[in-house]
Amino acid sequence: MTVKEMAQTLGLTIFTGEEGLEKEIEGGYTSDLLSDVMGYADAGYVWITLQTHKNVMAVASLKELAAVILVKGFAPDEDTAELARQEQISILGTTEQAFELSGRLYRLLHP
Amino acid sequence: MDLSFNIQGGDFTSAGTASSQVRRTLKELGVDASVIKRVVVALYEAEVNIVAHAYKGEIVAQISPERVFLKLTDEGPGIPDIEKAMTPGYSTASQEVREMGFGAGMGLPNICKNADVFNLHSVPNKGTTVEITIQIS
Repeated sequence: MTVKEMAQTLGLTIFTGEEGLEKEIEGGYTSDLLSDVMGYADAGYVWITLQTHKNVMAVASLKELAAVILVKGFAPDEDTAELARQEQISILGTTEQAFELSGRLYRLLHP
Repeated sequence: MDLSFNIQGGDFTSAGTASSQVRRTLKELGVDASVIKRVVVALYEAEVNIVAHAYKGEIVAQISPERVFLKLTDEGPGIPDIEKAMTPGYSTASQEVREMGFGAGMGLPNICKNADVFNLHSVPNKGTTVEITIQIS
């Protein structure tokens, strides 16, 4: 499944990084701790978090993640969005909480 | 090949720059993806440690066909109790740093997990030196 298909199915807002929408999703990881994601997420994963600062995109890029989804209505900081465009990784958003969105994404990826 | 970077303590907007450049270089050299992944995790954690804890530091990355050797030297408060610092979940990071999602006490364990050789030398009130070796072949 591509990031675009996931965004459409889950009704996510697309904040930035339109270029990254065709990336294939390999899995998901939910965490607000950057070292946790650094250590345990893998390439092609979608990262669900409430962190909005620029370091999120540094981690997403280094780990070659497929996309970042911000929960609870959070929006990316301006420099975060800029870096997402450079790295061609989409930042998506939802008003849902991490628990609910993770559940819906899990069901989508493991039907 | 040698790469070197200067790191400013507290400068979170640039955190990860060195890791990103080392990653790019390793990719260009055609190094195996699983090796690059380990280098990136270990180097990023060590880089963030300088930003989060030290006043300033230097990173040197030596890349040879056999191995990647990373040396991170900082001027900073040092680590008084290394055993404690190595304990997963233990951190001395400030509240501000923790709110960003850093300082979870996973940095040094992540380095340990991904390095083939990991040396940590620290002098309290002076600074810390971290040496990480990851074998390529």
